[in-house]
Amino acid sequence: MQTAVNDKKTRKQTKGLKKEWELRLYVAGQTERSVKAFLNLKKICEEHMPGQYHIEVIDLMKQPQLARGDQIVAVPTLVRKLPEPIRKIIGDLSDTERVLIGLDLRERS
Amino acid sequence: MARRKSKLKGIEKCPTGIRGLDEITQGGLPRGRPTLVCGSAGCGKTLLAMEFVVRGITEYNEPGVFMAFEENAQELAKNVESLGMDVNDLVKKNKMAVDYVHIEKSEIEETGEYDLEGLFVRLGSMIDQIGAKRVVLDTVEALFAGLPNEAILRAELRRLFRWLKSKKVTAIITGEKGESTLTRHGLEEYVSDCVIFLDHRIINQVATRRLRIVKYRGSQHGTNEYPTMIDETGLSVLPISSLGLTYPVTTSRVSTGIPKLDTMFAGKGFYRGSSILLSGTAGTGKSSIAASFANSVCEKGEKCLYFSFEESPPQIIRNMRSIGIDLEKWEKKGLLKFHSSRPTLFGLEAHLVTIHKLAEEFKPHAVIVDPITSLTSIGETVEIKSMLTRVIDFLKNEKVTGIFTSLTAAGNAMEQSEVGISSLMDTWLLLRNTEIEGDRKRMLYILKSRGMAHSSKVQQFMITNEGIKLLEEAK
Repeated sequence: MQTAVNDKKTRKQTKGLKKEWELRLYVAGQTERSVKAFLNLKKICEEHMPGQYHIEVIDLMKQPQLARGDQIVAVPTLVRKLPEPIRKIIGDLSDTERVLIGLDLRERS
Repeated sequence: MARRKSKLKGIEKCPTGIRGLDEITQGGLPRGRPTLVCGSAGCGKTLLAMEFVVRGITEYNEPGVFMAFEENAQELAKNVESLGMDVNDLVKKNKMAVDYVHIEKSEIEETGEYDLEGLFVRLGSMIDQIGAKRVVLDTVEALFAGLPNEAILRAELRRLFRWLKSKKVTAIITGEKGESTLTRHGLEEYVSDCVIFLDHRIINQVATRRLRIVKYRGSQHGTNEYPTMIDETGLSVLPISSLGLTYPVTTSRVSTGIPKLDTMFAGKGFYRGSSILLSGTAGTGKSSIAASFANSVCEKGEKCLYFSFEESPPQIIRNMRSIGIDLEKWEKKGLLKFHSSRPTLFGLEAHLVTIHKLAEEFKPHAVIVDPITSLTSIGETVEIKSMLTRVIDFLKNEKVTGIFTSLTAAGNAMEQSEVGISSLMDTWLLLRNTEIEGDRKRMLYILKSRGMAHSSKVQQFMITNEGIKLLEEAK
């Protein structure tokens, strides 16, 4: 698990200067809340970083073993792998302002 | 038959395997339910929880999951390694699963509704993976520091404990002691089947550990504070006096080791399994009489355990050789075992546990504690008395004859035993020096001896290089 994450990190870092968002959304089953979180995320990404993001959705019901590596406790959790440092944005992502802060698109006030 | 034996079984128990704890809980923790273990930092919560899981595997073949919130897996394994628990090996054998749950608050941004399904998933997959019967959450309260929304957290914890019950696992949840509550975040509100409180305090510069069952729904349990200690084999709780006065008695006798002294006890000596107090001022021959007894026990091929709080074994051996008693040969034969330690080396609890453990391992027929009064330097009279009660109860249960010497301070009444334990003793032999016509004479008499005829004579005796000699035929 750990090595996989590291591999990705090095790959992305060598990719040049263009700002990129590598995002991983952890959900547990196709619940209303997980769908809502995904739609919220998609919308924010399209509006603020079109073409510069990559979203990977992980369903913990199907891959429970993946919860450990990113220290997932709350669900949904959006993990911002890049840009560094790692951030975790928990909840259904309905508070757009805070999501933007978490994604490093807005200064913390 | 009209008389009906009670069919009510009460709740099912899950043995912890921790020395003493299963006795005071009458079988262990409530099976299939969560138990809260709380106490201040350093009280041994994590160790208790870890032993519960490890012993569950090694002694009861029940796989277990340890979810740690404060230490990572390597740290945990390292910490208990010195106590003979090989966590890594158990994990390798797929009997144990360890997960470290860590939330870094500075990494977290909260944006709307969420739940703790991630935690459930992690716990659930481990439980299923190894078929766990036991689960530990240590210390789930750490989540309060990581997650900002307390309302969600509380609702989820409530759900978690219900879920654990539905998984039919026996769980230990640990919690840090709060200022006026059992746990800092009031976990006792959610986990209420069984609550165990651990305490660690310093009395007279000596660290003292205690354990108390605060509540145990649907079960009887001991309600006292029980002395507890941590040694190289883990945690031990001292059960003790809860056993009640039900020890077996016997009418068989053991010689005192001094033929003429036996005659003072109707010619036969002490009762086997009784407790005997030898008291007197300094230099009255207490240790010598105790050693004579030890010698005679070993002569019969029986085993004797000698606890000395003032002298080292070589010194005892040398001194007793000067009065014609060779204890060294018994030690070499493995019939006599010395245990010498300074009373102040550890707390009363630790001495108590040591006596228990050695007695369990060595299985002696007789135990000598010389002198019990040394212990006054580390405890209050009440505590020493309760400790001795425990030792005596324990010895009586094992039918071990116990000899306790007690030093009477000059000026105190002879009949007053320093720690007020005479009522615990079956036989009390009083030693004194008397000056007659410019000579110091050694005297002894039997102050009491329960359940047997005994001499009421004040008997003069001498300590010679051939042992202890009573001067004239006693009746």
